[in-house]
Amino acid sequence: MQVALMIPCYVDLFYPEVGVATLELLEKLKVDVVYPFDQTCCGQPMANSGCYEEAQATEELFIKNFSAFDHIVTPSGSCTHHLRHKFTAAPDSPERRKISASVYDLVEFLHDVLQVGEFPGTEFKHKVALRTSCSAIRGIGLASMSERVHDPKFSKPKQLLERVPGIEFVDFERPDECCGFGGSFSVTEEAVAAQMGYDKVEFMRKAGADYIVSSDMSCLMHLQGCSSRLGTDLKVLHIAQILNGVTQ
Amino acid sequence: MSFRDTILQNVRNNQPSSRELPAIPKFHSEQPVDLKKQFTAALKELYGEVVTEPPADFEEFLRKRYPHAKTICSAAPEYTGNRVPQDFTRWSDASIIDVTIVRSPLGVAETGSVLLSEEEFRVNTIGFLAHDIVILLDPAEIVENLHDAYGHPHFLDKAYSLLMSGPSGSADIGGITVHPAQGVMTLTVIFWPRAQSKTTQTV
Amino acid sequence: MSVVDQAENAAEFISDRTHEQHLDQLLWMLRTRRDEAASRVQEWEQLRDLASQIKEHTLSNLAHYLEMFESRAKANGVTVHWAQDAHEHNQIVYQLLSDRKADELIKSKSMLTEECDTRRFLEERGIRVTETDLGERIQQLDDQPPSHIVGPAWHKTTQDIANVFAKAYGSDKEKADPVYLAHVMRENTRPLIERARVGMTGANFAVAETGAIVTVTNEGNADLSGNVPELRICSVGLEKMIPRNEDLAVFIRLLTRSATGNSITQYTSHFRAPRQNGEMHIILVDNGRSSRLGMEKFWPSLKCIRCAACMNTCPVYRRSGGLSYGSTYMGPIGIIMMPTFDIRRYSELPFSSTLNGSCTNVCPVKINIHEQIYAWREVMEKKHQINLVKKSAMIVAGKVLSNPTLYRMAGDTMEASLKVLPRFAIYNQLNAWGRHRDIPQPAKETFHDWYKKHRSQATGQETNP
Repeated sequence: MQVALMIPCYVDLFYPEVGVATLELLEKLKVDVVYPFDQTCCGQPMANSGCYEEAQATEELFIKNFSAFDHIVTPSGSCTHHLRHKFTAAPDSPERRKISASVYDLVEFLHDVLQVGEFPGTEFKHKVALRTSCSAIRGIGLASMSERVHDPKFSKPKQLLERVPGIEFVDFERPDECCGFGGSFSVTEEAVAAQMGYDKVEFMRKAGADYIVSSDMSCLMHLQGCSSRLGTDLKVLHIAQILNGVTQ
Repeated sequence: MSFRDTILQNVRNNQPSSRELPAIPKFHSEQPVDLKKQFTAALKELYGEVVTEPPADFEEFLRKRYPHAKTICSAAPEYTGNRVPQDFTRWSDASIIDVTIVRSPLGVAETGSVLLSEEEFRVNTIGFLAHDIVILLDPAEIVENLHDAYGHPHFLDKAYSLLMSGPSGSADIGGITVHPAQGVMTLTVIFWPRAQSKTTQTV
Repeated sequence: MSVVDQAENAAEFISDRTHEQHLDQLLWMLRTRRDEAASRVQEWEQLRDLASQIKEHTLSNLAHYLEMFESRAKANGVTVHWAQDAHEHNQIVYQLLSDRKADELIKSKSMLTEECDTRRFLEERGIRVTETDLGERIQQLDDQPPSHIVGPAWHKTTQDIANVFAKAYGSDKEKADPVYLAHVMRENTRPLIERARVGMTGANFAVAETGAIVTVTNEGNADLSGNVPELRICSVGLEKMIPRNEDLAVFIRLLTRSATGNSITQYTSHFRAPRQNGEMHIILVDNGRSSRLGMEKFWPSLKCIRCAACMNTCPVYRRSGGLSYGSTYMGPIGIIMMPTFDIRRYSELPFSSTLNGSCTNVCPVKINIHEQIYAWREVMEKKHQINLVKKSAMIVAGKVLSNPTLYRMAGDTMEASLKVLPRFAIYNQLNAWGRHRDIPQPAKETFHDWYKKHRSQATGQETNP
């Protein structure tokens, strides 16, 4: 199977190791990975600020780079949600719709498409606070949400991580409350964003976590910043890194 | 009023395309429900109390429960107090009442509510300005839920109908529900079947 | 009026650790209670669907139901007035009072009257207005607007309230006990209630089929305001309309559970006709609602039944406090409603959100709140209501991100990469991010660099612009 790999702009620039882990993991699973080199961004930062005109050219470039592929995989629930549900800055076209129909978050892809049963050679003997982003939960349904009390409880990232020997999940308060990143919100309303992050880090620390793990680097970037400012020794890792075999 | 026509015209011009009105199911439980038990539990959650049998000596019951009560206004045929609702031609005068006694024609198990209206109260304010309220309810007249309750004719033909659910309270201070608020301090429901009217006792 | 800077107001609220923690914990407790209540109603999601459908049907046939309501109410002996805007509403109320030479009135909580600023209008004309709702009364005495539509004073600690009452009523400031304070309120307000000749309430629902209006309170103050005085005035927003009596069951089952987690409030009251020897007047108020009805993306906000579940769940509201929004309606529902009242003043509100979607999923009438917040951002941008600095940062970002070579060049230098990335460099300043958090360090090599180095045979697509 061939997939096009999409690496979010902030992963490209700040956390390339997450991109590397994603690529290596897919290759281990015998996926033929193509990385369109001219890719930049999905357009979300501009679109989320209401600047559709400014997002248009970026989204058109995205279409140019990716519309030839039947599967686009990205290690980001937030980019996936945008591309699937809010990819409307560029004019409507069959190519644009194909992108929306072909994009997958990495966890979705591993869980639903490849249906991976095992991750041989992996081990993670640590206490993990699993954080699934709001886009991933309420946007693309990667896990059940606490608001809908009658829905059956499930979590695709957790189901994947459960196959890694040694992992211990800790239960922390308000598990699906937003961490406060919210894109530009983290800068435009930074006092609230930081307080939300501090509260979350504190809940996780109280529960005894060593690591915060997520399928979204954006949340982790924010939580890492809050965590080190608070002086806790909670570390962050993207799920791709653990599934690809990182042990610490 | 000219504003009326302008408003209606604006509304007509702007209404989205018509959506259908759904039918509302009754949502009755598939398992048999112990209505009295459920009513009692629901009312307890809202700080009301249930007395499961008509007291053998109602006079004694009132004396024990409300030792300081002097003015007892009964709107219920089962008991004659020292005041009747019609005494209060100025509705605000009902504030002198210590205990109001009234019969309700309907209870709701889901929420512990009782239905009351001007038919039961005669003077509505006896239901709020009194210090305490005692409500007589025939357990055969308890319905399962609010869908059932809204079928009662009172809602169509009474000037004022009320679903009263526990004593007046307020959670406005720090989110903690406290009593009193502006209405009654305590609310007690007595399961009292209609047919059996105790011999009325007078003060 | 100037633009509300919600972010700055929020920062001030957060710096007061006591009050921020108090509010956050109180409201999260209510959100938890809401979850518990919903889990006890098996058909919860079905009720939400029904509530949403009933409201959408009603709003899409609103003219029909308004006329039906008016004709039934009139047949019941009620006088029906129509007010196009806030001023007209206030004028009608004042006229009713002055015709009867009344100079005081009691009222129960009504967000519509807050919207119309009715109290101030009447007080300026010599009418003494007493709020009978405890939360509203506290705010009235403290000369502050309500901070939450269900619990107007929830942002205050019990001590704060003790201080307010001590000042207003001479009660004991040291007794910061809710029961004591409730007694103080009762003792001071009862006499005013008893002698009131005019009472004013809002309405939670207006039933077209019967011409009745419905109020939902814990204190019974709407029942007092509606029954004690001879003249009763009821202010009803057009969108409160529902078609049938039986529809009430759906909404009453959802409303209080969503708001506080109780199954119902103590008083669910239905006023269909004037009391004996009394008069009842209903004022149907537009104040922008009919215009909002025509907004393709935003009319569903009219479904709102004022439960405030969205505020309780909103992580931003809980940490900002309701007063930070500078508006009648706050939190998520406020963000999507307030721009329809004043687009300039509230142009920044749509950015006071992380778009996390919790609000949409607790809303009992299924308003797609977070999607409307997102849609408002585009409206603000199109109407040039967006902050100029933000806008120019977006233009730069758009140029760089749509050009592969420019983008890769920008990634090569540390400073440049932080400049171009709009997520955190929106003002081209690190200090905003760095004020409360440690700043992420740009990687020594980007993923692009790594890929070129380690998988270079696959870069056949590399192009020059």
